[in-house]
Amino acid sequence: MNWRRIGKLMKKELLQTLRDRRLLGVLFLAPVFQLFLFGYAVSTDVNHVATAVYDADRTAASRQLVERFMRSGYFDYRAALDHPAQIDHLLNTGKVQMVLHIPRGFANDLQRGRTAQVQSIMDGTDSTTAGIAAGYVEGVVRAYAAGISVERLVRARGVVSSVPGIDARLRVWYNPELKSVQFMVPGVLCMILLIITMMMTALAIVKEKEIGTLEQLIVTPITATELMLGKTLPFLLIGLVDLAAVLLVAAHVFHVAVAGSVLLLFAISILFLMTTLGLGIFISTISKTQHEATLTSFFFFLPFILLSGFMFPVENMPRVVQWITYAIPLRYFLEVIRGIFLKGNDLSVLWPHVLVLAAFGITIISVSAWRFQKRVG
Amino acid sequence: MSNVLTYEHAVEVRELVKRFGAFTAVDRLDFTVKRGEIFGFLGPNGAGKSTTIRMLCGLLLPTAGRGTVAGLDIIRESERIKTRIGYMSQKFSLYEDLTVEENIAFYGGIYGVSDARLAERKAWILEMANLADRRHSLTGELAVGWKQRLALGCAMVHEPEILFLDEPTGGVDPISRRNFWDLIFTVAGAGVTVMVTTHYMDEAEHCDRLAMIYGGKLIALGSPAELKAQYADAGQLLEIEADPLMRALDVLAEAVHDVAVFGTTLHAVVHAARGEAMVRTTLERAGVAVRRVEPIAPSLEDVFVRLIEQADRQREEAG
Ligand SMILES: Nc1ncnc2c1ncn2[C@@H]1O[C@H](COP(=O)(O)OP(=O)(O)OP(=O)(O)O)[C@@H](O)[C@H]1O
Ligand SMILES: [Mg+2]
Repeated sequence: MNWRRIGKLMKKELLQTLRDRRLLGVLFLAPVFQLFLFGYAVSTDVNHVATAVYDADRTAASRQLVERFMRSGYFDYRAALDHPAQIDHLLNTGKVQMVLHIPRGFANDLQRGRTAQVQSIMDGTDSTTAGIAAGYVEGVVRAYAAGISVERLVRARGVVSSVPGIDARLRVWYNPELKSVQFMVPGVLCMILLIITMMMTALAIVKEKEIGTLEQLIVTPITATELMLGKTLPFLLIGLVDLAAVLLVAAHVFHVAVAGSVLLLFAISILFLMTTLGLGIFISTISKTQHEATLTSFFFFLPFILLSGFMFPVENMPRVVQWITYAIPLRYFLEVIRGIFLKGNDLSVLWPHVLVLAAFGITIISVSAWRFQKRVG
Repeated sequence: MSNVLTYEHAVEVRELVKRFGAFTAVDRLDFTVKRGEIFGFLGPNGAGKSTTIRMLCGLLLPTAGRGTVAGLDIIRESERIKTRIGYMSQKFSLYEDLTVEENIAFYGGIYGVSDARLAERKAWILEMANLADRRHSLTGELAVGWKQRLALGCAMVHEPEILFLDEPTGGVDPISRRNFWDLIFTVAGAGVTVMVTTHYMDEAEHCDRLAMIYGGKLIALGSPAELKAQYADAGQLLEIEADPLMRALDVLAEAVHDVAVFGTTLHAVVHAARGEAMVRTTLERAGVAVRRVEPIAPSLEDVFVRLIEQADRQREEAG
C-alpha cells in the first residue's frame, strides 16, 4: 500500500470538491439547512390541543390532575362536560381534539395504591398530532403519578422497590419537555452522514467512469485498494466535518448539547461510515452513469429512512417489518447516536449496537472491495 | 527488473481473441510491433482497435490467445506492464476542473514519480506541449488540441518505453493534428515505441508500419510503401471522372475487377495494358459522359478500400 499515492488521490478529490460550488453547498450548507428545517419548520411539537374535561370523580385529586394538564402548556381548556354523551358531539364537530375523562373512583384507587385509570379520547383524523398529544398525556399523567408515589413514600418512610403504576420504560426523562428538535438532531445527523458519504462516494467514482479517467487510472500501477481508499477517505473527512458542523449548530442554535462523550460519537460515526462508504462503492460498481448512481442511492435511502426508526418508531411497526429493521444498519447507529446524544450512554450500554455496526461495516466494505475490481471487463 | 530493455518486440500478439458474449470483437489477431517504431492500427469504426489496445494495456482480459508487451505477459504480468507503458484512451481523460499543472502533478503522483523528478517532467511536458503559459489554466478551458497534447504529456509523465495512443487526434482541426504528429515523431525519435490507432489515411502514411484490421481480423500488415506496392501488383489504378457517376459505377462494376467511389471520382483497377481505353469505350457505349481517365499511384485509402471489399466478398462467399 502506497500512502503517498492515496494522499495524491485524496488531495485531488478535495481540490475538485472545493472548486465545485454546487457540491460545496450540498456538502456543507444542506446539512445545516436540514437541521433548521427539521428544527423549526417541520417541528413535530404540538401545542394548544383543544381539550374538554369530563371529570366524573370530582375530587381534589382529579382537580389536581386537570390542573396539571392545563399547566403543561400543551392543552387548552375549552369545556367542562357533565355527561359522557357530549363527548361524541364535541369531537365530531371538531370543537375539541381531545377529551380527558377521569372516571369515578380515581381518587379512591390512588388512595388504596391501586392502579387508577384516566382516559383520553382523541380525534384521530390528524394521526400525527394525536400520537404526539397521546405522548403528552402519558407524560403528564406519569409525572403526576410519580409525585403521588414519592409523597406516599415520604409519608410511609418505608422502602418500596417498585412504585405501582409507573413503567420506567415509558418515562419521558430523556426528553422531558417532549421537544422534537431534541429528538430530530440525532436523526438529522444520521441522515446527513448517510446521504453525503454514500451518495457522494458513489457519484465521485461513477463520474470518473463517465469521463473516462477511471480507465486512465486503471492503466497506472495504482492498486484497487489504494484507489478505493483514495476515493472514500475524502468523504469520510467531509462527513466528519459535517458532523462537527451539525453538533455546533445544534448546541448554539437549538441548545441541544451532546449528553455523552463527543469523542465516542465521532468514533462510532466512523464505524457507521464504513457501511455508508462501502455502500457507495457498491453502488458505483453497479452503475454506469451518475444518473443511475443517484437512482440506485435512493433505492437504498428509502428503507434506511423508513425502517430505521428515523421517521417512525420501530416499536409501532408491524412485527414482520420490525424483523426487517434488524437488517438496516442505520437503525443501530440511530440508537447509538440517540443514546449518546440524549441519554449520555457510554460503551457499557452501547456495545451490542457497536458490534453490529462493526459487523455490517466490515461485511459491506469487503463485499464492495471484492466487486470493485480493477479490470473494467 | 530482469527484462528491462532485454525484450525483442515491444508488442507481440498471437491468436488474440476477444468475445463479448456471442460477438467476436477481435478475431485471432497476430502481429508484432518492433521496438522504436511508430506502428499504426488502421480500421473503420468497430473494427476492434480499441478492444485490442485495451487488452494490451491490461484493461480487458483476452478470451483466448496470448500476447506480450515489453516482454511481459499481458495476462499474468499486466501490473508490471503498467509501469512501462503510457496509454491515452480514445476519450482522452483529464480532470477538467484541475489546472494543467495539477493534472500533471496528479498523474505523476499516481505513477509514483518522485517530487524532484516530477519537477523536471513537468517542465518537459509544459515545454513539449507548448503549455507553459497555460500552466495555471483550468484544463476545461483549453481548446481540444491543447488538451490532447496535455493528455499525451500526462500519459508520459513516468517516461514509458511504449506508448499506446487510441485515436489521439479525434475531432481536432488539421493544424492541431499536424502539431500532434510532430510530437509523436519527437517522442519516437527519443526511442519510445508508439502504437497509434487512427481513421485518417494521412496519419497512417506517417507510420513506419501499419496493421489494417476489419471486423476484428487483420487484413494487411506492412509499411505504407509495401502495402501500396502489393496493390500495384494487382494492376493499374485509374481515376475516372464521369457523369452520371453512379451509372458509371454500375457499368464498371461489371467490366473491371475493382471499382469504388472516391469523393467525386471513381477509382478502378485494370490490367495494365489497354485498361484506360477499355474503360473509356465501356462507359461511352453505356451512354456515360467521360470527362477524364487518368492512371494514378494508389493511396493508402485505395489499398484499404480494396482490402475491405475483398474481405466483404470473402465473407459473402463463405456464407
Ligand atoms: N464492453 C463491450 N461489450 C460489448 N461489445 C463491445 C464492448 N466493447 C466493444 N464492443 C464492441 O466491439 C466492437 C469493437 O469495438 P472497438 O471499440 O474495439 O472498435 P474500434 O475499432 O475502436 O472502433 P472506433 O473506431 O469506433 O473506436 C464494436 O462492435 C463494439 O460495439
Ligand atoms: Mg476505438
